[in-house]
Amino acid sequence: MSNSATPTRGPARPGPYIVAGIILTIGIVLPLVVPMYAKHDPELLGFPFFYWYQILWVFVEAGLLWITYTIVTREDKRRRAAVHKPNGSSLSDSNGTGK
Amino acid sequence: MSASLAAAVLSAAAPERPINGVALTVVIVIFSLVAVMGFWAVRWRVKPEERGLKSLDEWGLGGRSFGNWITWFLLGGDLYTAYTFIAVPAAMYSTGSVTGFFAVPYTVVLYPIVFLLMARLWSVSHRHGFVTPADFVKGRYGSKSLSLAIAVTGILATMPYIALQLVGIKAVLSVLGLGSGENLFMADLPLIIAFAVLAAYTYTAGLRAPATIAVVKDLLIYLAIVVAIIWLPSHMGGWGAIFDSAQTKMSAINPATQKAVGSIIPGATSFNAYWTLALGSAMALFMYPHTITGVLATKARNTIRRNAVVLPLYTVMLGFLALLGYVAIKAGTIPVGVDGKINPQLIVPQLFLDNFPAWFAGVALAAIAVGALVPAAIMSIAASNLFTRNIYRDFIKPHATPEQEAKVSKVTSLVVKFGALIFVLVMDQSAAINMQLLGGIWILQTFTAIVAGLYTNWFHRWALLIGWAVGIGYGTWAAWNVVNPVTHAHFGGSIAAIPFTDIPIYIAITAFVLNALVSVILTVVFRALKVKDGVDSTTASDYGADENDPKVADIQKVMDKEIEQGESETAAPVV
Repeated sequence: MSNSATPTRGPARPGPYIVAGIILTIGIVLPLVVPMYAKHDPELLGFPFFYWYQILWVFVEAGLLWITYTIVTREDKRRRAAVHKPNGSSLSDSNGTGK
Repeated sequence: MSASLAAAVLSAAAPERPINGVALTVVIVIFSLVAVMGFWAVRWRVKPEERGLKSLDEWGLGGRSFGNWITWFLLGGDLYTAYTFIAVPAAMYSTGSVTGFFAVPYTVVLYPIVFLLMARLWSVSHRHGFVTPADFVKGRYGSKSLSLAIAVTGILATMPYIALQLVGIKAVLSVLGLGSGENLFMADLPLIIAFAVLAAYTYTAGLRAPATIAVVKDLLIYLAIVVAIIWLPSHMGGWGAIFDSAQTKMSAINPATQKAVGSIIPGATSFNAYWTLALGSAMALFMYPHTITGVLATKARNTIRRNAVVLPLYTVMLGFLALLGYVAIKAGTIPVGVDGKINPQLIVPQLFLDNFPAWFAGVALAAIAVGALVPAAIMSIAASNLFTRNIYRDFIKPHATPEQEAKVSKVTSLVVKFGALIFVLVMDQSAAINMQLLGGIWILQTFTAIVAGLYTNWFHRWALLIGWAVGIGYGTWAAWNVVNPVTHAHFGGSIAAIPFTDIPIYIAITAFVLNALVSVILTVVFRALKVKDGVDSTTASDYGADENDPKVADIQKVMDKEIEQGESETAAPVV
């Protein structure tokens, strides 16, 4: 019998979430360290460093998020497979939902 | 504003602006096409049994069915609004990087935050049928008062945001030479017509209207900006020359303050302002009801995460758009309004009109105007949903049917838009800007309840409510105390020193820290005093549910059935 407390995912392995957390933290903290980039040189195509560095971060961020997405999605699939057995029955002993 | 001095000088001499016929025609044609799309959207991806959009899921969330592509366009139109296109380059043009270019790191660090939080919000909302952030707060903490606080904050923060989209349309219209009539009503007639049409198709088609229009808007904007950033610098001596002339303008001394006008690279004293503005705005953006509406309209848990990976593309565009403010300095663009006064907000439309053939300027101006319609529609839908779910249903008519909810929301969306229109027509434009500034500070005060709630129900409902009130109170007071050095008006900016220090940072962040501290301390106190907790109707597994997991309402139906069967066969079953 199922109710809303039935786990939707199996227990989490901490590893992938720690790695994802570190990458996301880098992605939030580094672009905000203003002293690192509040300067004029080196220029690129006439753009002061301040400007091209921040625009470059957009692409770095997209890359970081793509890596995080792959890591998290793989672990997520594994956890869902753990509760959705092919025969349709769900495991009753797993209660983790990865807080 | 230093512009007001120059404006006083100019206003005596400047002639009335002529109407640019070609550009105006292009704008009207594109605008009409978009209106047709908006009305057509009422049938777009609608199942036959859902015709007429008779529930909030259908009208207010587009059937919760948007995939990767539509979401990309919808959120792109939702986050990067017309007002951004107008205000960011205007800030760059007036005072340089600190008040303008922070928009780039803001919309960079935004996406890890979205990635982290929004999938969980999607899951729990999918399971419980939540339509608004306040729905979630009510479900999580079992408190109607806290939910009401979140809803009211959302509505108040959204209203001036809608008004600013009108300011964006107004900027386009005045550059085209419209709005100079003697009669006040005639002067604003084009704006009123534009908004009436928008209101009509939002009323009929709901969230599907902005979703279809967003595609057109984005393509136009990308086209306009790519052409502008390649063509303009190559005819002005390259980016080096552009930055040089911006540097020259910014290092001039403002007679009113005896300080430099601005800077193209922030000095050490503004570092903290720069990063707190970026972080505070990023944390606040997905607390706004209109962005959450965009998230909840997606069809799968991972749609928003995939979008977080690709949405930064818009930030590149925003960065270059901001730099158009500097391009305008180099080009010597003079943004004179229909009243003959200098208005920096006209800088980008004026730049296009001065430097491109009239038909292409028309395309760019139409892109901005249409860019205002998309967020204005989503915002009014989001505000209406908040009113319907968290005020009408919770306090006025508890057993409203989905059909009644949809009806109330539709009518409210008209009221909301009408209110925003009055705001812009009757009040001074700076009132809308001040309110928007306050709105940003206010909406961040809902972060504690919403975000903490996604991970834990440890916080006490009354502690969160008091923390929210403290944050709002401090934020409003601090913003009121910021006085414009030239006009001496209150609400002169969003930067103030942290209390008892001289470190100037974004007020919303200080208010948020206070709010969080109060919430933590009072939670401990209330627990110690055993003040009654609210009932949490969500379970841990809700936060990881994906689109294949059943909704709680459906699980409930199955359980009720099993109980019925059990009763007819044997004794009462244990659930």
